Amino acid sequence: MKRFDDTTELLLQLGDSAMIQAQRLCELVGGAPALEEEVALMNVGLDLVGQARNWLEYAAERIDDGRTADDLVFLRDQGEYRNLLLVEQPNGDFAMTMAKQFLFDAWHKPLLEKLCNSSDERIAGIAAKSIKESSYHIRRSSEWIKRLGDGTHESHERMQRALDQIWHFTFELANPYELFNTLDTDNIAPGIKALCKEWQAIVATILAEATLTQPETAENNYLSGREGVHTENLGFVLAEMQFLQRAYPNASW
Amino acid sequence: MQAGELIAREQAELTEDHVTLAWSILDQVMDPEVPVVSLTDLGIVREVTPVGGHLKVVLTPTYSGCPATEHIEQSAKQALEESGFNSVVIEQRLAPAWTTDWIGERGRLRLKEYGIAPPIGSASKPQLDQTIPCPMCDSTNTNEITEFGSTACKALYQCNDCLEPFDYFKCI
Repeated sequence: MKRFDDTTELLLQLGDSAMIQAQRLCELVGGAPALEEEVALMNVGLDLVGQARNWLEYAAERIDDGRTADDLVFLRDQGEYRNLLLVEQPNGDFAMTMAKQFLFDAWHKPLLEKLCNSSDERIAGIAAKSIKESSYHIRRSSEWIKRLGDGTHESHERMQRALDQIWHFTFELANPYELFNTLDTDNIAPGIKALCKEWQAIVATILAEATLTQPETAENNYLSGREGVHTENLGFVLAEMQFLQRAYPNASW
Repeated sequence: MQAGELIAREQAELTEDHVTLAWSILDQVMDPEVPVVSLTDLGIVREVTPVGGHLKVVLTPTYSGCPATEHIEQSAKQALEESGFNSVVIEQRLAPAWTTDWIGERGRLRLKEYGIAPPIGSASKPQLDQTIPCPMCDSTNTNEITEFGSTACKALYQCNDCLEPFDYFKCI
């Protein structure tokens, strides 16, 4: 994978993670458990598509090789995607969908808070815009974790099972990350070094309120979404998302 | 100043009068999703300035993924150009981020008359558990059905007295 400068790498991680999370949410069109929930899932997806566009437009300008944000989304292969492994995993049942959303939100919101103070004004502007939306996202996803975790026997079991299954992929959120140290020192993302600790604290609080058992901190392994080493699941997401542009290049409406 | 005069003098220097006229034209351009409030009611027109014989209009999007953003930019440009302004430049600006605090009194009244509860309180001083009065019967006995409504900017509520479901324009 070709590596860009640190700031561009951060923009790609943010944009790609928001985009893939949004694409997974949009798979649920017509298939959510209740109409109101479907509207909510799509609203969150829509916010994230908008945010992805803002990040990736900036990334495309910095990469400056003639590609647009659309090209980055529709014409890159999985080895060039920098999204978190968590967001490319399948939706599963509603418990899994919400577990993934919550674990993502608990990373996303504190990250945006730090980026609001970025020395890069463009990053600070996009973050300040996005955080208003992501504050709603985490409020909703935390409520679902608590409602299902501390709900019926069945809902508790299923939320616990979802958490245990997806936990493996949280190592990217729970552990310190080298690029973030550099970005912290450079004031591109002041305070970002502390992000993994904050993620752990938010998750621990909500899981405790939800009467759920938190698994041991997930350990790093050979995979790394941020470096383009993905699970096979991303390939399926991209196959669907990119089909039209691959089959009919430059198609537009 | 009349629009016709502008067409005749489109090459001339733009003055304060032109800027005032432009604001009043933008005040007639309605939001495509909520067609009772204008772009100026929503507070998304941030700046109208003459730049070298052209008009520059700075707009700020409401939500990052709002699908109406492009449509709004197009309608603003079209309305101004139809009134005689030449090659209007529309610029999108994210910072400072749009807030519902920029919706004026008239906008709030129009929302309510249309059946959408206007944002309550101030986004800069957020308060939890706000009571949202029903826009039909003004009862404060209402409950939230879902935090996300028919568009990104709204949540869905129901009135427990008149039983009418209604949209609430979220305070952000």
